[in-house]
Amino acid sequence: MTDVLTQPRPIRLKGRSFLALALTPELPVADWLVRLDDLAARSAGFFLRRPVVLDIDGLDIDRQELRELVEQLSSRNVRVMGIEGARTSQLGPDMPPAMTDGRPAADFEAPAESETADKDAIDSVESAAPVPAPQQPVTAAPSLIVSRTVRSGQSIFFPEGDVTIVGSVGSGAEVVAGGSIHVYGALRGRAMAGSTGNAEARIFCRKLEAELIAIDGFYKTAEDMEPELRGKAGQIWLEGETIKAAILG
Amino acid sequence: MGKVIVVTSGKGGVGKTTSSAALGAALAQNGEKVVVVDFDVGLRNLDLVMGAERRVVYDLVNVIQGEAKLTQALIRDKRVETLYLLPASQTRDKDNLTPEGVEKVIAALKSAFDWVICDSPAGIERGATLAMRHADIAIVVTNPEVSSVRDSDRIIGLLDSKTLKAENGERIEKHLLLTRYDANRAERGDMLKVDDVLEILSIPLLGIIPESMDVLRASNVGAPVTLADGRSAPALAYFEATRRLKGEDLPVTIPGEKRSFLGKIFGRKAA
Repeated sequence: MTDVLTQPRPIRLKGRSFLALALTPELPVADWLVRLDDLAARSAGFFLRRPVVLDIDGLDIDRQELRELVEQLSSRNVRVMGIEGARTSQLGPDMPPAMTDGRPAADFEAPAESETADKDAIDSVESAAPVPAPQQPVTAAPSLIVSRTVRSGQSIFFPEGDVTIVGSVGSGAEVVAGGSIHVYGALRGRAMAGSTGNAEARIFCRKLEAELIAIDGFYKTAEDMEPELRGKAGQIWLEGETIKAAILG
Repeated sequence: MGKVIVVTSGKGGVGKTTSSAALGAALAQNGEKVVVVDFDVGLRNLDLVMGAERRVVYDLVNVIQGEAKLTQALIRDKRVETLYLLPASQTRDKDNLTPEGVEKVIAALKSAFDWVICDSPAGIERGATLAMRHADIAIVVTNPEVSSVRDSDRIIGLLDSKTLKAENGERIEKHLLLTRYDANRAERGDMLKVDDVLEILSIPLLGIIPESMDVLRASNVGAPVTLADGRSAPALAYFEATRRLKGEDLPVTIPGEKRSFLGKIFGRKAA
């Protein structure tokens, strides 16, 4: 048993963000599919390599109709990788998974008429997407502040940025952040920073008694942490693929 | 309108039933109308500790399912006339408890009694969450050892999310009752120190009940420890806890502190 646990290269659990094309079908579905065919006709491979998410929030169709729609789309080479805004009754195990927490991004430009090569269509759409970006105003990275102790069994999940806990994190509790984790108290549970792929994230706490800490998928359990650091104020960061820890000031 | 107290812990065997009976009896001895309700459906113990196991006709589940009236199920204590017991069923299980049924029973008890003490089962499932649902005050019973402390932490988290008070945005009043405290083991370092437990759980301390044979003797004769021997160390600790529950600002003493002359010369032996 111990052999398995002391593998030098543990499995990384990373988060990743992708930009997906969201299609919003409208009723009646048959008419909408005609319009989609029209779009596809203007560009033969528009959907070919693109991950597509179906947004059916508020759409009044049942599971069977949704299944048929997904089949209709896949016969048109539109590969639906997830469905947003669905009720549990509309989904089934043989259908694309439910997707949540989607955020708006720059719209895709529909292909213009008389496009010939697939490659041209994809390129023009991809270059259209980044253009609006520089015009967006600078916004601060979001951060979550929790002003109470996180109790055993509770889970704080905030992939958008830093998490600050004004209090302790109990044994058996977990904090997962896309950014850094700051605990103004004792850290006794699990802290996983940089969960969306941020190797710069760090973990800070006033009393290091953590069960497990992880940064960008690389983790260390309490057993492997240096005993001198236990119970002290600590800072944990990632150097390459090694978790490093030191006493804070 | 009475106050509803839930005596809960998460971990089993830490002293919830003992404490529910002891605190209930202590409050009733002051003349207040108290009912202790056993929520441990299927594994009932409160009736044994109260000495009423030979008088159980109807129980909480019968009342919820409309098979009996509340007054038929309530058992009056033979020693203290303002103390009543609502026993749990032994033949059914927690699935027979419904949220609506529990709500109705608690509402009826609140209007008839000054204190409604709900003895929660161990665990975090239906029985425990229904027992805590309508509570105004929670007493978290903890032994000063690591598994009990972690389970209590979990239960405190649930008190802040699964009670009606929490759902309405109010804070439920929580108190820590440290039970089975053994001064010698604490001194040797075999038991967690009071300060460590308080630091982890961060809720106000209601009292420290020392480990004692008196508790076992009391439950064997079917009497709450505050009725069986009111001068025993645990009974005294429970009486003090009752005073704090009612708002009195009584400092908590750690049991086993030697206050002898020699102790004063050589320094206090505190855990």
